[in-house]
Amino acid sequence: MQIYLPIAETSVNAFTLLGVGGGVGVLSGMFGVGGGFLITPLLFFIGVPPTVAVATGVNQVVASSISGVLAHLKRKTVDLPMGWVLLAGGLIGSIIGIWFFNLMSRLGQIDLIVQLSYVIFLGIIGAMMFNESLRALLRTRSGTAPRRKRHTHTWVHNLPLKMKFRASGLYISVFPPLLVGVGVGILAAIMGVGGGFILVPAMIYLLGMPTKVVIGTSLFQVTFVAAFTTMMHAITNQTVDVMLAVFLIIGGVIGAQIGTRVGLKLGAEQLRILLALLVLAVCGKIAFDLLWPPAELYSISVSGGV
Amino acid sequence: MGRLFALVTLLLFTIPAQAQEEVVAGLSQNSVALTVNFVGSDILIFGAVRRDGAIPEGPLDVVVTVEGPPQEATIWRKARRAGIWMNTEAQEVRAAPSFYAVASTAPLADILSPETDLDYRISTRLAIFEARSSVDVSDPAAFTEALIRIRQNEGLYQEGQSSVSLERDTLFTTRITLPKNIVEGSYAARIFLLREGAVIDEHETFIEVRKAVLERWLYSLAYDQPALYGLLALFVAAFFGWGASAVFRLIRS
Repeated sequence: MQIYLPIAETSVNAFTLLGVGGGVGVLSGMFGVGGGFLITPLLFFIGVPPTVAVATGVNQVVASSISGVLAHLKRKTVDLPMGWVLLAGGLIGSIIGIWFFNLMSRLGQIDLIVQLSYVIFLGIIGAMMFNESLRALLRTRSGTAPRRKRHTHTWVHNLPLKMKFRASGLYISVFPPLLVGVGVGILAAIMGVGGGFILVPAMIYLLGMPTKVVIGTSLFQVTFVAAFTTMMHAITNQTVDVMLAVFLIIGGVIGAQIGTRVGLKLGAEQLRILLALLVLAVCGKIAFDLLWPPAELYSISVSGGV
Repeated sequence: MGRLFALVTLLLFTIPAQAQEEVVAGLSQNSVALTVNFVGSDILIFGAVRRDGAIPEGPLDVVVTVEGPPQEATIWRKARRAGIWMNTEAQEVRAAPSFYAVASTAPLADILSPETDLDYRISTRLAIFEARSSVDVSDPAAFTEALIRIRQNEGLYQEGQSSVSLERDTLFTTRITLPKNIVEGSYAARIFLLREGAVIDEHETFIEVRKAVLERWLYSLAYDQPALYGLLALFVAAFFGWGASAVFRLIRS
C-alpha cells in the first residue's frame, strides 16, 4: 500500500515506513535508546529527501521520548535544575544548528554535512560501545568486578558561576552542562536525532552525575530540544512531514513494546555488542556511499516555482 | 480603419487555397487528485482533425506534449575531494518543467524541423530554459543532459515512450502516464498538427493536478502557517507517543 507524503511530495510504501519505525522501535525498546540516529539514515536509504528525513526524524524523537520523560517526572528521577540548564544550552545549540543547516542547504552541501556527521558520530560511538562491552564481557568471564571512581576532580570543577544541583549531589559551574547542552542542540538540528547517545555519556563521565537521574534528565532535555528543533525546521524550511511522522511513530511505539520484552530476555552485555555492531554497520554504509564513486554524478535541487 | 484592413487581409490569407485543417481534442479527465494512496495516473488524450474539403495529400502527423508547472532548479555535479565525493560544480536552470511528456505519431526527428521545434519548443531539450552558465563550468550542456537523464529515470520526462495512433488521418489517441512523484499545479496539454515539418494547427488544454483535501490542507498549512503546522506536528507526536504507551499500560494491567 502506497501513501502519498504531502511535504516530501512523493509516495512511499506504508509498510516500509511502519517497518522502519517498528524496527527502530524494537531496538530502542531493547537498548533504551531513542533511535533517531537510525531512523534518519534509514529514511535516506528508502528515498526520503535528507532535509525532510532530518526534520521529521526529530519530530519522531518527541513522540518516542515523551512518555519516558513523563514516567521519570512522576518517579522524581529528573534533576530539574540540571535539566533546565542543559535545555537552555540545547535551545542555543538548536538555533546555531538550524542556521548552519540552512546555510549548507543553500550551498548545496547539506547532504554531505549530514552524512559526514553520521559517519563521525556513529563511528566514534559504535567503536566506544563495542570496545567497552567487549571488555566488560571479558571481565565477567575472568571474574574481576569493575570499579570506577565517581567524582574525579578535574578542571571542569574549577570554573566560575557554580550552582547546586541537589538531585545529582553536585556543586559545579553552569558552563559545562550549558556547553554540553549546546553541543546536543546542534546535533539535534543537523542530524535529526535526540542526542541521548552523546548526552548520557557526557553526563556520566564529564559532569559526574549519578546514573539514577541521568536517563530522566537526558530525556527531559531531549524531548524539549527535539520539540523546539521541530518548530524551527517547520518554520524555516517547511520540511516536517506529519504524514511520514505518523507512520514512523505508530511503528515505533508498537516496536518499542516488543523490544522491551525481548530486551528483558537477553543479557545486557551481548545486547550492547549487538547495538555497537549495528551502529558500526550503518556508519560503514554511509561512509561507503561517500567514498565509492556514485552511479550518478549529478543531482537536482529544486528551488521553487517560477 | 487600419484594424479592419488587417482583419480583412488576415481572412484573405487564411481561408483560401487548401482545405483548412483544425484539431479538436479532449481528455479522459481534466483533474487529478493526489490522494493518500496516489500511485500515478493515466491520461487519455484523444481528438480528431476537422477539415472542410477532402484530405490533402502528404503525410499528416500529430504531436502531443504534457507539461507540468515549471520550477527553478540547481543541478550539482560531484567530484572527488580529499577522497570524498561531494558537490563541487553547479549550474542554474531558470525554468525546467517538473513533468514533461512528448508523444508523437513518428519519431520527433523525422516529423519536426529544427526551426519548428525552436518556435514551439516541443522537444524536451527545448522545454528547459537554462540560466547563463557561470564561467568556471567547463561543459554546461552536460548539466542539462543530466537533468533530463535523472528525470527520465524517475518517469518525470518522457520522450517517445508513448506514441500517438492516428487513424485514417482523422482520429488520434494517446495515453500519457503521470507518475506518483508529480507535483501540484496546472499541466498544459498541447496538441500539434504537422504537415511536412511545419505546424498547421495547435490546441491547448489543461489538466489540474491537486492534492486531495487532507494533503492540500497539510501542505498549505505548512507553508502559510508554519508555526501552527509545527505545533500540529508536535501535538501529533505527543498524542501518539504518550497515548500509545498509555494504551499498552492499560492492556498490561
